[in-house]
Amino acid sequence: MAAQTPTSKPAPVSPVIEARGLDLTFQTADGPVQALRDVNLTIDKGDFVSFIGPSGCGKTTLLRVIAALEHPTGGSITVNGMTPDEARRSRAYGYVFQAAGLYPWRTIEKNVKLPLEIMGFDRAEQESRVKDVLQLVDLEGFGNKFPWQLSGGMQQRASIARALAFDADLLLMDEPFGALDEIVRDHLNEQLLALWKRTEKTIGFVTHSIPEAVYLSTRIVVMSPRPGRITDVIESDLPAERPLDIRDTPEFLAIAHRVREGLRAGHAYED
Amino acid sequence: MSATADTAAGGGIGALGRGLGRVSGAVLPVLTVVACIVVLWYVAAIGMNRAWTLDAAQRQGVELTAGEIIADAMRQDRPVLPAPHQVAAELWNTTMGEPILRERRGEYRPNPRSLFFHAWQTLAPTLMGFVIGGLAGILLAVGIVHNRAMDLSVMPWAIASQTIPILAIAPMIIVVLNSIGLEGLIPKSLISAYLSFFPVVVGMVKGLRSPGAMDLDLLRTYSASGAETFWKLRLPASVPFLFASLKVGIAAALVGTIVAELPTGARFGLGARLLTGSYYGQTIQIWSALFMAAICAAALVATLSFVERVTLRRMGLDR
Repeated sequence: MAAQTPTSKPAPVSPVIEARGLDLTFQTADGPVQALRDVNLTIDKGDFVSFIGPSGCGKTTLLRVIAALEHPTGGSITVNGMTPDEARRSRAYGYVFQAAGLYPWRTIEKNVKLPLEIMGFDRAEQESRVKDVLQLVDLEGFGNKFPWQLSGGMQQRASIARALAFDADLLLMDEPFGALDEIVRDHLNEQLLALWKRTEKTIGFVTHSIPEAVYLSTRIVVMSPRPGRITDVIESDLPAERPLDIRDTPEFLAIAHRVREGLRAGHAYED
Repeated sequence: MSATADTAAGGGIGALGRGLGRVSGAVLPVLTVVACIVVLWYVAAIGMNRAWTLDAAQRQGVELTAGEIIADAMRQDRPVLPAPHQVAAELWNTTMGEPILRERRGEYRPNPRSLFFHAWQTLAPTLMGFVIGGLAGILLAVGIVHNRAMDLSVMPWAIASQTIPILAIAPMIIVVLNSIGLEGLIPKSLISAYLSFFPVVVGMVKGLRSPGAMDLDLLRTYSASGAETFWKLRLPASVPFLFASLKVGIAAALVGTIVAELPTGARFGLGARLLTGSYYGQTIQIWSALFMAAICAAALVATLSFVERVTLRRMGLDR
């Protein structure tokens, strides 16, 4: 794993996600609310892209648009060169929610199997994939446990395993560690980085933690609210190999500082 | 990580221990309450029956001591309120003291003096009505959740159906069904189903709608069909709700059957027993039939609770 080189940026092939002038306005009882305005974004294969911003900045909405859980009211977006709906049908992405969202009546193994059952994998294939992804998230031996028998961190790892089970190239994660305590979160961040390097997936990761965004990402998309828009995109020049104490290095702090400036600028624009 | 697994197993044993502790801890309070009720019942029985005793004594010109009054108030044939031991004795004599079958003209027939026989006459339509009502309730709930027209139209009718006094509609159902050649078990079952489907509809609709937005979004990310969403998410999520409403439903089914027996001149069944008891002023018979009905209801609900516990434990929903 240490021998691996960074996978970001080979030749500019066709991007995994391309958004041009994306608008999304929700019609609510209090009138229209513009959740996204003029969002332009390109995510290339193998990128680890974080979306950061205060609540209400549309970062989750943007992720949901990519997943075809919301539909834009203007502009264009492609996922793997297709519309988000087509991409979803071709199993382009796995989605990890803020809470683990495991079905309590299914064991961990059965929870991971859920997408495989729906997508019609045969029995033997299901078994071997479940075994593989549980190993990937370090949960071997817990397949027969029910979710409540696991800690919050383990549950969230199981939900990541579920998103990985059908081997989509794109992983969309909506504040997956937001509900966990700092120590568990650090541990999972480390594991997620290792997993990303091993599987070479493209990851879209929503967070409101600056250290988490800087630690994980190859690119950081800074967003600001009312209306939700992108105020800055920061390319990280941190090395691919990132121990947790990289967070005390000047390079790390410089990037964190720029993210903070971006967030502040977004607010200054507002008031 | 194996430590976590051990803790989980330890938690299971601990829960078992706590469960046993809870049961033994509940025995004393329950017995205390029962004892209080029995005492109050005796006091009430003496208070209510002594007027008749005094009246009879006056007509015979006899003076009675307090002790004699109390003793007589507890052993009348047709007391206003039978004493607990009279009801217990009647229950014993009509169940253990009577064969369920007896010989008549060379063949064995059910013995109408056996309370077991009457209880079964009521339980059979109750169970059938419960199955019909339960299935109807589940099907209606599935329709309500999946079809907007049914969502808007079925519930008001279901609620309206429960506001009609069952005592008023039962004879008409019997008459109508009789005219198309249905009698006996079926009409009673249908009235019982009429009362039991409602709680099942209400509970099941709530259960099928219990999955949150995130659970549903997860299946959308897999492009799951409506049928898959139903079988893999809505139905399993509704099981705890279903059992809660089935327990209400089965008790309602029993009430429905007894009520169905009352206005229709049924000869057998707990309702018939209540009716003949009231014709002839057999208060002891009425009370023993009431107790038998309560025992049946408790047994039905307890059976369902047991099935519920086993099912939920298997589903990992019972901790």
